[in-house]
Amino acid sequence: MAIAKKVITDPLSDNNPITIQVLGICSALAVTVQMDTAFVMSLAVISVITLSNAIISAMRNLIPGKIRMIVEVTVIASLVALTDQLLRAYFFEMSRQLSIFVGLIITNCMIMGRAEAFATQNPVGPSLMDGLGNGLGYSVILLLVASGREILGSGTWYHLQVLPEAYYGNGLAVLAPGAFLILGIIIWIQRTISGNFKDD
Amino acid sequence: MDLINLAVKTIFIENIVLAYFLGMCSFLACSKKIETATGLGMAVICVLGLTVPFNWFIETYFLMEGAMAWTGVQALAALDLSFLNLLSFIAVIACTVQVVEMVLDRFFPKLYHSLGIFLPLITVNCAILGGSLFMVERQYTLAESAVYGVSSGAGFALAIVSIAALRKKIRYSDIPPGLQGLGMTMILTGLMSMAFMCFAGIDL
Repeated sequence: MAIAKKVITDPLSDNNPITIQVLGICSALAVTVQMDTAFVMSLAVISVITLSNAIISAMRNLIPGKIRMIVEVTVIASLVALTDQLLRAYFFEMSRQLSIFVGLIITNCMIMGRAEAFATQNPVGPSLMDGLGNGLGYSVILLLVASGREILGSGTWYHLQVLPEAYYGNGLAVLAPGAFLILGIIIWIQRTISGNFKDD
Repeated sequence: MDLINLAVKTIFIENIVLAYFLGMCSFLACSKKIETATGLGMAVICVLGLTVPFNWFIETYFLMEGAMAWTGVQALAALDLSFLNLLSFIAVIACTVQVVEMVLDRFFPKLYHSLGIFLPLITVNCAILGGSLFMVERQYTLAESAVYGVSSGAGFALAIVSIAALRKKIRYSDIPPGLQGLGMTMILTGLMSMAFMCFAGIDL
């Protein structure tokens, strides 16, 4: 039980996939202009990484070593295609806003990295937990960046007015540089608190 | 003229790294030395320039609704296989990278060795898949998608070489410990992306 707890809580801060391991930033930043897109993206990533870790771990003794990457990519791509179709069927507006970034979950290095580093060596249960934990760690950062950008950019949080109406909104936070700057600052704070100064 | 315009727009205004955040992982991981950054940039230009037009053929003649009308078979012409595009694009990309690798190894061994590990790695670079997905979403023609592929690769190369130069420049700067490495690089990227925004509005 203690291990299961560690596997889940570790990626939330001490071994966060984005701020410490530097994985999966690619698809993370583009959807953080508003909370709702970031939230849906987080759900999509959590479900894909949990399922892919579980499936790959269940097949780990059947996959020949040489073609293991291809098998992993195929599993991940099928899960992403499924997620994409579900979003299109039930949340069409949302899938239009996320545009190509749902598809890009396939090339999210975090998912591939967890499959390779954890799921191929551990039984199904822990792999599922590991996927869930890393997905949550990813979502925390994604939602933090999105909160910062939406509050600074338009004075709202999840479409609720949080700053006075008189606040015009800072255009920079809505544009691309805002995401880079906010993520840079979050990484700074997170590494200072956790005392993890990795030289990369 | 339209094609030149598209190229300028893709390299500078809608830079694939600085405006769309694609390919960030390799952008951060391989920008410590200018030589490796240049190598990776070249590899990305090659692979994007090949895969985008190639995926255009796949999309137009196999996957789109009614795309297989050229076979003349009624049942095939009615098919809409566009839900398969993610799977087939990633397969095409993996194959192209493999073929490029073999060709380089056979005919340009020097270039092949300087690229080293980066060639296989770009299979899972989001910039490559992103290029193909944008090509579908924006409904480019064949010529446009070829230009788009090469110039978004050039945009990536430009961004990664300049960030590598910046990181080299700040190597001995006095940065707070928590901000060293990744944090500072993110902030530098933000400033660079701000600088690139000044290109907005250029129209040839």
